[in-house]
Amino acid sequence: MIGQLFQYPFMVHALEAGTAVAVLAASVGWFVVQRRQAFTGHTLSVMAFPGAAGAALAGAPTTLGYYVACLVAALALGRSRRPQARGYVGESATVGTVQAVGLALGFLFLSLNHAVLDGLETLLFGTFLGVSQGQVVTLFVVAAVTLAALAVVGRPLLFATVDPVLARARGVPVAVLDLAFLLILAVAVAATTQITGALLVFALLIAPPATAQLITMRPLPGLLLSIALAIAIAWLALGIAYFSIYPVGFYTTTFAFAVYVLVRMGRWIASRG
Amino acid sequence: MFGHEFIRNAYLAGTPVALACGVVGWFVVLRRQVFASDALSHVAFVGAIAAAVLGLDVRVGLFVLTLAVAAGMAGLGRAGAADDVVIGTVFAWILGIGILLITVLATSSGGGNGLTPASTLFGSIFSLTAGAARLAAVIALAVTAGALLIARPLLFASLDAELARVRGVPVRALGAMLLALLAIVTAESTQAVGALLLLGLIAAPAGAAHQLALSPQAGLAVSAAIAVAATWGGIALAYAIPALPPSTAIIALAAAAYGASALFRSSAVLRSG
Repeated sequence: MIGQLFQYPFMVHALEAGTAVAVLAASVGWFVVQRRQAFTGHTLSVMAFPGAAGAALAGAPTTLGYYVACLVAALALGRSRRPQARGYVGESATVGTVQAVGLALGFLFLSLNHAVLDGLETLLFGTFLGVSQGQVVTLFVVAAVTLAALAVVGRPLLFATVDPVLARARGVPVAVLDLAFLLILAVAVAATTQITGALLVFALLIAPPATAQLITMRPLPGLLLSIALAIAIAWLALGIAYFSIYPVGFYTTTFAFAVYVLVRMGRWIASRG
Repeated sequence: MFGHEFIRNAYLAGTPVALACGVVGWFVVLRRQVFASDALSHVAFVGAIAAAVLGLDVRVGLFVLTLAVAAGMAGLGRAGAADDVVIGTVFAWILGIGILLITVLATSSGGGNGLTPASTLFGSIFSLTAGAARLAAVIALAVTAGALLIARPLLFASLDAELARVRGVPVRALGAMLLALLAIVTAESTQAVGALLLLGLIAAPAGAAHQLALSPQAGLAVSAAIAVAATWGGIALAYAIPALPPSTAIIALAAAAYGASALFRSSAVLRSG
């Protein structure tokens, strides 16, 4: 019965794309959780809407719209996150404002385009089961480049995240790293959105790393655990959705949430016993 | 312009909703809880769809689910404020359920993609009936009054939770009350004026007020004034330019106020060296 899954090219492509996205989202997400930037991650995922609406208006490919909108939003957020301003009261207001402006622009583009937006369903629910060979190749390239960039900045970024003051004193360019990470996150979110849909980026970006960090705070084992969890969740969700009438996104979020809750409960019981 | 009933209704509902958002938003930004507000507005969307699937009044779903999630956020976090990773994980799962419900709605409403029946659940500020506008106004005024009533102890609890607790201020209960007020204004606004407007009016005017480093009383007043002014100006602009959606115009004005105050702040910082 399982073998049946691999007979159809669309399932093979879905599994390949799901794996690439799981590895990418879980690695970048590990830093997102560490840096408490879940709201930023969500705001970037919302940029898929103005991205898609803007691309439709300009006659450009939707995918290009996703990447452009996410990168522009990351730059807008990066300007606000100056190192001396870290954690100041306005930060969550800035992220919220950027998200609201992004949505407002999306509505404007939609209205200028006479309310026509093809692929609204894809925007919200993703294309797990409709990924083409070409998309898979693009996704692999994007994931490889993004992960390479993350590997380069990984160590100093972790230092700058854990102790920004000490890192700055040691000459680590904290502000540059903050912005570099936002751009990496923007690319990762844009890539993930295409597969999971704008609403469900979190299932792979936040839940697996958050679960991994409940188990271990050590960076390398934590990252690997987070990736393994994300891949397992994506495969299981795809496998079950194949035999079910309900959407992949529902299974992805439910499994991701279930694992998180189980680990939290396990920790709670362990701390009592 | 005021000869049109839809414009009068837009001002009738928009003004108190903006007032409530400005006042509640000032505390939300002070407590860095804009992400919680964002999550609640997405949850409201799922609540509306759930009510439609169950055949209940949409308003029941909106209020029950947003208030339940607000209570959960208050209960899970320390001092009545949930961690952003917890918010992200829970809210991803609720969105996953929303996607499942949209699928169910599509099958029960006889085909289509489920988005068309879902989209009818959400209003626009230009399509309010007189009754809906009055109800929105009453609820928003009640929320504003509630927030002002707890303003003093809530301010104390937000600025110095430890000291407030020692002095016998119910810090946790106040945090929960703020989230409950936020949930009520979210649930009402989602149906009356659209969820998009809400996040922008919570984050941008309050963010602008906090940039100006005013006293709490002045800050609250400025935040409320910016929210109301953006709403009035936005409605007039959207009336004058038909291609401009009202929500886009309102958000654009509120965000411009935020941008201007951020510029003012950074130039003030430069001048003071």
